[in-house]
Amino acid sequence: MNYSIIALIPLLPLATFILLGLFGRKYFQTSGGIIATVALLASAIISLYVTYHYFFIDGKVNGTYRHITALNYTWLEFSPGISIDMGILIDPISMMMIVVVTFISLMVHIFSLGYMKGEDRFSTYFAFLSLFTFSMLGLVLSTNIFQLYIFWELVGLSSFLLIGYYFYKPSAVAASKKAFIVTRFADLGFLIGILMLGFHAQTLDISTLIQNLTNHQSPQFIGITTASFLGVSLLTWGLSLVFIGGAGKSAMFPLHIWLPDAMEGPTPVSALIHAATMVVAGVYLIARLFPVYALSAPQVLEIIMSVGAVSALIAAIIACTQTDIKRVLAYSTMSQIGYMMLALGVSKYGGEDGLGYIGSMFHLFTHAFFKSLLFLGAGAVIHFIHSNEMKDMGGLRKLMPLTHITFLIACLAIAGIPPFAGFFSKEEILLAAFRANKFIYGIALFTAGLTSFYMFRLYFSIFWNKPSTENKTGHHGEGTWSMKIPLVVLAVCSLLAGLVPFANYITSDGAVLNATNNIMFSIVPVAVSLGGILLSAYLYKKENDKPVRAAALFGTFYKAAHKKFYIDEMYLFVTQRILFNLIARPAAWVDKNIVDGFMNLTATTTGKVSESIKAMQSGRLQSYAIYFFGGVIAMAALFIYWWK
Amino acid sequence: MNTIPLTHILFVSTALFFIGMYGLFTRRNIITMLMSIELILNSVNINFIAFNKYLHPANLDGVFFTIFIIAIAAAEAAVAIAIIINLYRNHKSIDIEDAAEMKY
Amino acid sequence: MFLSSLIIAPLITCVIILFCRGLKQVRIISLAGAIVQMILAFIFLIQYWKERSSGNTSAMLFESDHTWFAALNIHYHIGIDGISLAMILLTAFVVIAGVLVSWTMEKLSKEFFFLLLFLSVGAYGFFISLDLFTLFFFLEVAVIPKFLLIGIWGSGKKEYSAMKLALMLMGGSALVFVGLAGLYFNTANGNGAHTFDLLQIAQMHIPANVQKIFFPFAFVGFGIFTALFPFHTWVPDGHSSAPTAASMFLAGISMKLGGYGCLRVATFLMPDAAHAYAPVIILLATIAIIYGAFATMMQTDLKYINAYSSVSHCGFVLLGIGMLTRTSINGAVLQMVSHGLMTALFFAAIGMIYSRTHTRLVAQLGGLLKVTPFISTVFVIAGLCSLGLPGLSGFVAEMTVFMGSWQNPDKLYRLATILACASIVVTAVYILRAAGKTVMGPLSNAYDKLTDATWNEKIAAGLLIVAIVIIGVAPFLLYDLVKPGTELIMNKILILK
Repeated sequence: MNYSIIALIPLLPLATFILLGLFGRKYFQTSGGIIATVALLASAIISLYVTYHYFFIDGKVNGTYRHITALNYTWLEFSPGISIDMGILIDPISMMMIVVVTFISLMVHIFSLGYMKGEDRFSTYFAFLSLFTFSMLGLVLSTNIFQLYIFWELVGLSSFLLIGYYFYKPSAVAASKKAFIVTRFADLGFLIGILMLGFHAQTLDISTLIQNLTNHQSPQFIGITTASFLGVSLLTWGLSLVFIGGAGKSAMFPLHIWLPDAMEGPTPVSALIHAATMVVAGVYLIARLFPVYALSAPQVLEIIMSVGAVSALIAAIIACTQTDIKRVLAYSTMSQIGYMMLALGVSKYGGEDGLGYIGSMFHLFTHAFFKSLLFLGAGAVIHFIHSNEMKDMGGLRKLMPLTHITFLIACLAIAGIPPFAGFFSKEEILLAAFRANKFIYGIALFTAGLTSFYMFRLYFSIFWNKPSTENKTGHHGEGTWSMKIPLVVLAVCSLLAGLVPFANYITSDGAVLNATNNIMFSIVPVAVSLGGILLSAYLYKKENDKPVRAAALFGTFYKAAHKKFYIDEMYLFVTQRILFNLIARPAAWVDKNIVDGFMNLTATTTGKVSESIKAMQSGRLQSYAIYFFGGVIAMAALFIYWWK
Repeated sequence: MNTIPLTHILFVSTALFFIGMYGLFTRRNIITMLMSIELILNSVNINFIAFNKYLHPANLDGVFFTIFIIAIAAAEAAVAIAIIINLYRNHKSIDIEDAAEMKY
Repeated sequence: MFLSSLIIAPLITCVIILFCRGLKQVRIISLAGAIVQMILAFIFLIQYWKERSSGNTSAMLFESDHTWFAALNIHYHIGIDGISLAMILLTAFVVIAGVLVSWTMEKLSKEFFFLLLFLSVGAYGFFISLDLFTLFFFLEVAVIPKFLLIGIWGSGKKEYSAMKLALMLMGGSALVFVGLAGLYFNTANGNGAHTFDLLQIAQMHIPANVQKIFFPFAFVGFGIFTALFPFHTWVPDGHSSAPTAASMFLAGISMKLGGYGCLRVATFLMPDAAHAYAPVIILLATIAIIYGAFATMMQTDLKYINAYSSVSHCGFVLLGIGMLTRTSINGAVLQMVSHGLMTALFFAAIGMIYSRTHTRLVAQLGGLLKVTPFISTVFVIAGLCSLGLPGLSGFVAEMTVFMGSWQNPDKLYRLATILACASIVVTAVYILRAAGKTVMGPLSNAYDKLTDATWNEKIAAGLLIVAIVIIGVAPFLLYDLVKPGTELIMNKILILK
């Protein structure tokens, strides 16, 4: 099959972006949403078709899924061999990702048709969504690591634009800036990592790069491992720096601070960008270069594992204490991505050992469905209540029956209750962690318990807690058809996605693996999750003062968690106090007073000197005559006595 | 007849020169300054004549130069007086101090 | 090809302007002149491609050579290669945009447009000159109008700024002249005939110790034009006092004269010295990049923000030149073009905002996106280009510089590269601060009656944006244009290495 049709998948949203971006305000103020949705529907259909074709017809050769480079154009050739190419890479994870991205994006588009109706900049919103979809698809299909970086920056931009969509709200502006700058800071690591890896591997093409750096006899590998900085080889440096980029985008501790604030954007955007697709780009990046990590630098994988575990745990703890429902979901996202990172970290390359890799990708896949469902459900609730705060909610199960059911399904899925999607993927991660590192397994298990606790805390607070009569704001119904359809579709996916025999399609080395679920192993995690649910039911099902007492039990720890462990404050301290006051302000001062002062000093000195000698230019003929005469005498004396 | 030594004549001409110089530097009246310049020129004339007479009596170069200088001095005086008249028309004064426009 | 038409066309426009009456006639003539320049630039581009694709590999195309002053062997020798062509295109774009944004310049309009176009004479002449003396001549031609433009039509402490700019640039020219004269008197090839001809000097080998004496003069002299630290202080004051079009010309064209000179004259003709002084150049460039970026963070006036960011961005040009690898020099040229377009766009947007709100202080602005969506979008695009967003020209240029710099294997140089990379984060901070405060945020009541861009402003911004996007999306077009030119320079540098 000719895979170049794939080019259409990202190009359709790009076309929508250009059309709506240039002419949206004038001509497509109301029809923009439909145009974007239709274009994306076409993209989604093509990507499903292509993916089907790849996985079931011609992708597999001798039981291994092959890598196909469908298109490749040289975009910018720096020097022979090192060039930025624009291309399309087809392999199992990119195929999975295009399905996830187009599908979730489509759902979000449909949801937004209802949710954003009547907004001032309706068509602009869809233009930005299309830009995001284009960039994300470009990112996952990249053949070249610099191409990946380009689209990586573009998703950052679209995230910035969409978080700042309500540009007149100062909090939204601050959040969008924060998101952009924090990820930009992380991208700096990525960029330098690319420079290191690309220079030493003598290529920027991902496949060649992997080949060169995993072959321990290749001159490139020897070059990069012998070159070192501060006693650590450049390979380790490069890969760690690339991971920093991934950690920034995926909101890993300690670069996660932008994600909760990013919830200032419209809720469907949070569902698409900050839950299902963009934030997993970091995981995708590590998965993309996984052979290099696993075969050449396992020590970096240990860092990834630790960062993932810490992020998962911290985010889960903070999520238990937040009261803004979108922030709870944001921390939950961070925690789940921590899971994925952790899974990659414990994984090895190939076969059964690559279970963590499979689990990670699997979790990425299922998480996209149930987390976007959670966000869209939360969006529907916010649309109904006009508030993000838990205390304004409660007792909504009668008023929003459909939202209630779908939200419950999503909560069960994320809690890992069989047979919902999250169960299967989480089991694989836990199993992989169990085999690799018991301590990490303990953290993961504890996090799983916390996850089900805070998710059901959210669920009970929104839909139970108070008597349903209290909320009389139901001036309109649950929402239009366009808001309900995505909820139902995603709920079905959250139910069924786990049944996909994932190891048959996606493994670390592409070889098909027939993994079986270990029922006995599942008992403990499921029991822990159920315990979390029961605890939250005990605390939050009815309105009472038990949660307050429970919080008091933890005292300062609760307070610290509620304040997100003061990480934001630390950042503020570093940026405001140190960067601004100790570097930027002195730099500006030095420039104005010392560097420019020196220039002005030269000028004023010249001026002063001429001021002091200008009296000689008196305009008096006789004094000039005296100078002249004096000069003649002096020269005469000079010639007579000293000139021999 | 006792010839007057050259040094005497040179002494007169030098004195004349410095008197002229002194007048040029100290007088504020432009006419007086012009007169001082004439003194300086005449001291030069004396020098020419004296050197011609004492050192090269066979030649007449010094005399020729003197005649040139007298002619030029006359022309110069004419130009200078024209300038002075114009100056007087503009400034109502022939004091050199009053014509100090060309300063900083 | 009649290359002199690039100089003659604006000159004729200038002469016609002298006979015009009133703003309406003057601006029509100026626009027509600018369009002619643009057309000429594109004709040369097409001809250039034709010549190159038909296999013409000579260093310079469309050469013509006339003796100007035989006694000193000064020639009027012109010709272009890819680098000069890129600069000519840049100039054409900026000139047309500059004329369009000054569409309603009521005050002394005839003189204003005359000086603008006269400045372009100097710029074109500089870029096409192959004789060092005429090159210097046109450099001077480009300096004088700036002084008048700022001094007469400027704002704020304009006399001070105009004087500062003129004095520092004149100082730079003086240094340049010492450098050029030094080259000239060391070109004797046995028979005592000196030459100013760039291509002939390039064929000779100037003794290394002579190069080491005169390289700093030429490089620092040209460097002052392109904001070489610590001689950059004319940039903020000059740019912020200048009227909009003059700021655009200043940052878009005039600063490029310096970069071009550093590359074409200093580095190309004195490669040994370029090697010897590379550490100094890189040090100064790195300082300019980082320190300029941090200084920008503290600025409160939009024009100062852009001016300081120009210091930082021009640092990339010098960094690219200092690194002396093929890729980095290409990057330096790309950065010159990119920065020219981007900063012109930025100043145009600031000018549009200023003409409506009568303030440039970030703190007094806010929420302009609501009332002036077009201008605000232009502002944001310029900002995004400045912070190196892919798809816009800034990214391509900066990445090429970084990639090229990394190819220089010296460890300290790599540290400099990393520091330069780090500046893109700082850039993001100040750009987003400015954009966040200016176009986003709540709208002040004072501004809710503002009108959006007029047709002339839209065309001006549109042209620059199109150029920026074309370079950003299809960088290979510009890259292929520039490459043979830098190849010529690099060959000389690498042979001597």
